[in-house]
Amino acid sequence: MHFNNTLRGASYGMIMVIIIWQLLAWLLKLPIIPEPLAVLVNLGQIFADKISTHLWYSLGRIIMGLAIAVIIGVPTGFLMGYFEKIDKVLSPLVYFTYPIPKIALLPIIMLLFGLGEASKLIMIVLIVIFQIIITSRDAVKAIPQEVFRSLQSLGAGKRHMFTEIIIPASMGEVLTSARLALGTAISILFFTETFGTEFGMGYFIMDAWMRVNYLDMYGGIVVLSLMGFVLFTMVDMIERKFSAWR
Amino acid sequence: MIEIKDLTVKYYRQNEETLALDKLNINIATGEIYTFIGPSGCGKSTFLYVLSGILKDYSGSVKIDGRDVDPKSQRIGLILQNYGLLPWKNVYSNTMLGVKIKNAQRGLDEYGKYLLQKLGIDKLLDRYPKEISGGQQQRVAIARAFMLKPDLLLMDEPFSALDAINREELQELFLNIWKENNVTTVFITHSVDEALYLGSKIVVFSPAPGKILKVLDNPCFQMDNLRSREEYYDMSMHLRQLLNKG
Repeated sequence: MHFNNTLRGASYGMIMVIIIWQLLAWLLKLPIIPEPLAVLVNLGQIFADKISTHLWYSLGRIIMGLAIAVIIGVPTGFLMGYFEKIDKVLSPLVYFTYPIPKIALLPIIMLLFGLGEASKLIMIVLIVIFQIIITSRDAVKAIPQEVFRSLQSLGAGKRHMFTEIIIPASMGEVLTSARLALGTAISILFFTETFGTEFGMGYFIMDAWMRVNYLDMYGGIVVLSLMGFVLFTMVDMIERKFSAWR
Repeated sequence: MIEIKDLTVKYYRQNEETLALDKLNINIATGEIYTFIGPSGCGKSTFLYVLSGILKDYSGSVKIDGRDVDPKSQRIGLILQNYGLLPWKNVYSNTMLGVKIKNAQRGLDEYGKYLLQKLGIDKLLDRYPKEISGGQQQRVAIARAFMLKPDLLLMDEPFSALDAINREELQELFLNIWKENNVTTVFITHSVDEALYLGSKIVVFSPAPGKILKVLDNPCFQMDNLRSREEYYDMSMHLRQLLNKG
């Protein structure tokens, strides 16, 4: 039922966007705003040949980037949340570096790691990981002490504290932060794909723009948006599954 | 047998020292229910946390069958006022938590099935705690504790959040199951009626800092139609006087 509601909401949103887009196209009559139908027809023609490769590249990068950020960030956050000592050492570092606009570090990253895939992944990880660390840490800290008592009286070790309490209690919030990070990650992906590569949706969109092929460009934007939406919905569904008890 | 000698617990809050328990001395005989009664804030719960191994910062000595308190080697069943269930686990997983951690047991054994049936929660196994009533949640906690076949059962005002009908029903049910095991039980309560109904011995606490005023044999224990008898009336008057004197 939830899924149907999400789907209905999404289709409603999509129709609204298309209506506004169509109105703007009619009102402004500018070549930079083509009509939605023309874009979709063109997209149907070029997707298989011209766009799909770029889509797989982008999808690969975004999933890898997020996966690395979650695999490193979540355990770090959990450890900081559970062990006061680790938190004392790492928190200042996280808080200090969190507000630094890490995108400004791109030139340094590129000098160190080259123009290839590594730099793109590092940028994504670097930018989203802090949010994931902080949410995971706070989720653990928010677990009331009483919750641990039953397990303590059972003589449970640290392993059980993590598997029985910390992980299931904070999974929902961790996935929420992953979902939010996804939006940020896609923006960064677009930015990093505009140079040093000939593959990826970012490259495709900017390339179409330079070729003044607005139909292709819009097609790229539509595909990138849909990719984001599908990933967003998937994380949302997993999140619901883990939060059934709430 | 539980031997407690000069048990003293102090809390430090903002450099201020508060005495929670003041030189407690008591021997708790094996196979009996001791109900501990006293005004709120007298350190009853603190006492329970020491026995369950959750609170380790105390002076004096606490020996369970001649050994120090260690929830890893002893089997301690803990039942709390707020039930102590894990909200992300369904009824089945919550009841299994104790034996899973203590015995690495997976799946219900005969005794487990019997307990679930006796407590009337065998039809609720896939529900989450928030989907069942307080009385049902407490039944789950009782099932979890008894399934463990504990050496020591600790109960912190387990029935005080329930309405009168539920409370009396659960008190009776608890006593019923208890008789089949005769597990040494420390039962904290602030209700004179509950102390008389459930305790083979009654321990009266003073207001803070907690001291033991008196240990009474309870002639009313296991009497039929207890609440309509004269002994019950006399004992409850006696207890109330002790509590009022402080």
